[in-house]
Amino acid sequence: MYDVQALRRDFPIFDNGLAYLDSANTSQRPRQVTGAMMEYFEKFNSNIHRAAYHIAEEATDRYEGSREKIRAFINAASTKEIIYTRGTTEAINLVAYSWGRANVKPGDLIVLTILDHHSNIVPWQILASANGATIEYVDIDDRGELRQDQFRALLEKQPKLVSFSHVSNALGTINPVTEMVAAAKAAGATVLVDGAQGAPHQRVDVRALGCDFYAFSGHKMLGPTGAGILYGRRQLLESMDPFLAGGDMIKTVRIEGTTYHDLPWKFEAGTQAIAEVIGLGAAVDYLDGVGMDNVLAHEHEITEYAYEALSDIDGLTLFGPPPSRRAGVVSFALDGIHPHDLATIADRDQVCLRAGHHCAMPLMTRLGVPATARASFYVYTLKEEVDRLVGSIKEAQRIFK
Amino acid sequence: MNTSPGQSADDQFYREYILDHYKNPRNYGRLEHPDISHEEDNPLCGDVVGMDFRIKDGVIDEIRFHGRGCAISQASASLLTERLRGLPLDDAKKINKDDVLGELGIEISPARIKCALLPLKVLKVGAYGLAGEDEE
Repeated sequence: MYDVQALRRDFPIFDNGLAYLDSANTSQRPRQVTGAMMEYFEKFNSNIHRAAYHIAEEATDRYEGSREKIRAFINAASTKEIIYTRGTTEAINLVAYSWGRANVKPGDLIVLTILDHHSNIVPWQILASANGATIEYVDIDDRGELRQDQFRALLEKQPKLVSFSHVSNALGTINPVTEMVAAAKAAGATVLVDGAQGAPHQRVDVRALGCDFYAFSGHKMLGPTGAGILYGRRQLLESMDPFLAGGDMIKTVRIEGTTYHDLPWKFEAGTQAIAEVIGLGAAVDYLDGVGMDNVLAHEHEITEYAYEALSDIDGLTLFGPPPSRRAGVVSFALDGIHPHDLATIADRDQVCLRAGHHCAMPLMTRLGVPATARASFYVYTLKEEVDRLVGSIKEAQRIFK
Repeated sequence: MNTSPGQSADDQFYREYILDHYKNPRNYGRLEHPDISHEEDNPLCGDVVGMDFRIKDGVIDEIRFHGRGCAISQASASLLTERLRGLPLDDAKKINKDDVLGELGIEISPARIKCALLPLKVLKVGAYGLAGEDEE
């Protein structure tokens, strides 16, 4: 384990007593990340891949250096398989557009799950409607876990694509990804894993996982907004047409036609988010320093603590699986108190809490609730912050008694 | 917001009358054969407010609202129906955002303004067909 109090000193935002319990939404960033970005702005701010002067070489080295760090972080075979995007949403849209439009045919089946974030539903709905495909959703059981029997039954219909989240952002359910990917691959499907809530919180090995695509966001793993990753198997990425066109993704342009750049740059059109990518590299260094096994163990400890503490409160309903099969997310509802009212009351105690549908409206409908309150944890979360949440809940219950 | 932790009795935001309207909403329910019925939601927070109107001689003779959501959206709806009942339509048309916020009598943060104004949107879009007008 590591010293959480010492680690928190790297995060200036905590200096004034903020209890930030919304890391599944976006994480905080340590000085090492903002420092790496500032260093770029102040010492070698320039565009990459095109200038002959030394600061541009430095910028290019840092930008490409981040790619190698990320490759190692998820154990991809090559940096050619690491595509920079703005985040998970853009990464999934890239696949839906570049791979989907060329490969999904009328009558094909796409399998998603009721746990998925809108970003892993809507791009496929657009693709399905453009290409005449159909979508089926794997349901959950009463504990908020995917119904594997139903998943297997859908695989027998030989779906063209299977896409699901590694971890549910709304319930924290950790899906059995390794088994699900293996089963989907055996059924002949192309498989995308939405790792927005996966990669920040546990060690991910894309080669061991065996998926075709894995998407995640930098801003949920201590990095800045605007930089995320699409991992794709090289052979698939090679076969795909570009997503956005112009700038860096071009090799030669003639009036008769254009040839595209090699991987990974084929998918990186226009001037990139250079500072953000450098910041993401620093975030990976930071997480490597802490150790992903420690990150997971710490979050598990906090989640177990929070689950116990909230279970003791009368009039509180917890959604989702037991702590042993859940990531650092606790979603709940209070009798007679809307989540937004709780969030307003918590905010006065400097407790940041998410209230709403968590971009998972199909799941909210399935649970039969308009919204939930959600607390989510990360490397820097303290048990005392969970205690403060409990205090805010009791205060809300006192006001609304 | 002019509030701080650990406040007692009458909370500056969740004032007693707000909580009272939330827990004991006035004019709550549905009307049979309403002249006008309209519902709006705020998908972001899951708030829903609907209103049924019965109009007699240009006056709102009967009104009921239904819905679910946070204390602010539901109390705001309850307060608005009290004001609308018995009011000539022409006067009802003049009710604006400031009237609704004034009636609530609390300082509403930008994050909650949509909750407070959802009932007004129901009135405007439903009863007057002023669709597309953003009340933010």
